Amino acid sequence: MKILVPLKRVADPDNANKVKIPAAGDKIETTGLEWKPNPFDEYALEAALRLTENGQTPKVRAGEVVVVTFGPKETEQTLRAALATGADRAIRIDTTDDKLDGDLVARALAALIEKEKPDVVVMGKQAVDGDSNQVGQILAELLDWPMATFAATIKEEAGALVVSREVDGGVATMRVKLPAIVTVDLRIVAPTSVYSTKTAATFKYNDGVRFAALPAIMAAKKKLLVEIKLADLAADQALKVEYKAFQAPPARKAGIKVKDVTELVTRLKNEAKVL
Amino acid sequence: MADILVVAEVAEGKLKKTTHSAVTFARTASAALGGTYSILVMGDAVSDAAAEAASLGAAKVITVEDASLKIYLAERFAPTVAAIGKGFAVVVGTASAFGKDLLPRVAGRLASGYAADITEVIASGDKLTYKRPMFAGNAFGMATIATPIHVVSVRQSAFSATEPAGTSPIEKGAFTAPTGNAHGRVELLSLEQVKSERPELAEARVVVSGGRALKEKFSEVLDPLCDVLGAALGASRAACDAGYAPSDLQVGQTGKVVAPSLYFAIGISGAIQHLAGMKGSKVIVAINKDGDAPIFQVADYGLVADLFPSVPELVKQIKAVKAG
Ligand SMILES: Cc1cc2nc3c(=O)[nH]c(=O)nc-3n(C[C@H](O)[C@H](O)[C@H](O)COP(=O)(O)OP(=O)(O)OC[C@H]3O[C@@H](n4cnc5c(N)ncnc54)[C@H](O)[C@@H]3O)c2cc1C
Ligand SMILES: Nc1ncnc2c1ncn2[C@@H]1O[C@H](COP(=O)(O)O)[C@@H](O)[C@H]1O
Repeated sequence: MKILVPLKRVADPDNANKVKIPAAGDKIETTGLEWKPNPFDEYALEAALRLTENGQTPKVRAGEVVVVTFGPKETEQTLRAALATGADRAIRIDTTDDKLDGDLVARALAALIEKEKPDVVVMGKQAVDGDSNQVGQILAELLDWPMATFAATIKEEAGALVVSREVDGGVATMRVKLPAIVTVDLRIVAPTSVYSTKTAATFKYNDGVRFAALPAIMAAKKKLLVEIKLADLAADQALKVEYKAFQAPPARKAGIKVKDVTELVTRLKNEAKVL
Repeated sequence: MADILVVAEVAEGKLKKTTHSAVTFARTASAALGGTYSILVMGDAVSDAAAEAASLGAAKVITVEDASLKIYLAERFAPTVAAIGKGFAVVVGTASAFGKDLLPRVAGRLASGYAADITEVIASGDKLTYKRPMFAGNAFGMATIATPIHVVSVRQSAFSATEPAGTSPIEKGAFTAPTGNAHGRVELLSLEQVKSERPELAEARVVVSGGRALKEKFSEVLDPLCDVLGAALGASRAACDAGYAPSDLQVGQTGKVVAPSLYFAIGISGAIQHLAGMKGSKVIVAINKDGDAPIFQVADYGLVADLFPSVPELVKQIKAVKAG
């Protein structure tokens, strides 16, 4: 199986230099931010790797995982890290975040997919900077492919994937024939979430994503990483959605500490009047 | 034209409460644009849902019925939503699992810009700008959409449910059968819905959420507190990942967003991803044995204590207060 995994680097939300908005409020200040791969994309990569191996030691690879990002030269670090983790090949589409919106990313990915012809695109449900949760769905529509969003488990069948999705009130299980788009949710990296046709049903993966060992980091330097111009994938680069102003969220001030349950109940009743 | 199309969410023939938030948006936005709003209700048999929708003040309710719409699949719904949406300035739904799945696909079909999970709409002349939380709620971005049709999903907790107003005419709309490949290549195998007597998270006046600290005693400890408060049950990601609570109870940046009058965070550390889902609550109570837990930075009332004896004691005392 050939799998394409789009990866975005995002500002680390847990970093001390959380996103800052300059006084003019016209942009997000990116200097001083630390970058990391979008966590959902790391989960997508892990899921893709699991789908292309037999879940045994020694691992037998059965397929190819191609990672792709949209970004400036320095985002090649994100791609190299993915290669070290196990991806086979990488593509960087040269541009910067401010020249993109979800629609353009989806259109360019659709053009790339025409060339690469993967069997499936496994991607994050959401990039945790923009929090839009849109690219996978738009891409599926543009390609006229079936999709399974918010995947918690994936099981490969011949020519199809059985995906259980996290929806309101429970779990929806669907079968999508390939080629298809799958967007993954948090639980996709649990030990029994992803099975390829080659993985024994009793096999359990380690919880979470794998990390690259040093030899793999060295080997990743030799893996193929190509650059493509955005214009080669999308002639029309006009943005449909733009952000020209930002605001800080209202600050919420800390309240008080109560000494015991009795004080808590008294205050909830008499002061907050919520009981 | 400056009219708005609300895409209703229907389950088991009934209109879902989530729809009301999109209607509240439509009311504000259509007034600003000097237009009207209509509600689109789709399914295999939707007369009950359409009747409910007809009490929400819309210019009209458009029903589209077809046997193939019995089960929701974005691939089957998107063609009709897009075809009917072509006559409107804004196509809007609520950012529930249904809306998040369907609406971007509709936007793709209409080649329109999409603004997800918005918390406010700002009108200036006939231009609408959408305010939406980004970066786990650490910033709000003001989104402008350049395409003639806008596709928008609204955050349920930010647009309070509408009160019924007037009766709208119900008319039949055309079903657009999907062509192409996608719709024939996807099928729903099963839908396991966990039925709960408790209020839905997004609609509850009180929410009680538990974290990793609850372990296997999640329900045993929190159910009595929910019962005495008539509260909805929520959870942190760690509690969901560990299987202490079902996944759809996760509150946070990538789960449900709630803004009840009263929110209890019990044994939850208060990671920013969790805060993003609950810091709009009116009154926040935190119980955590670690006095430095970040949750205390947003809590109105913090109790530094072991939750296992504290929660049962809390239940006892609230019962006493309620008994007068
Ligand atoms: C991409 C991404 C998305 C995420 N989305 C979400 C999301 O939507 N929602 C979400 O909640 N999280 C989300 N997270 C996870 C988040 O970062 C935290 O890991 C998670 O919220 C922690 O859950 P917790 O507070 O239950 O567990 P912990 O951080 O382990 O905290 C447990 C707390 O319980 C306290 N405690 C332990 N024992 C007791 C006791 N006996 N009595 C009282 N207190 C006790 C401890 O002091 C501690 O503060 C996301 C993370 C990522 C990377
Ligand atoms: N700039 C980008 N580079 C690579 N992948 C992206 C980019 N933007 C979005 N994606 C992919 O689209 C998914 C959903 O993103 P979004 O719709 O922006 O929340 C992400 O998890 C990525 O897989």
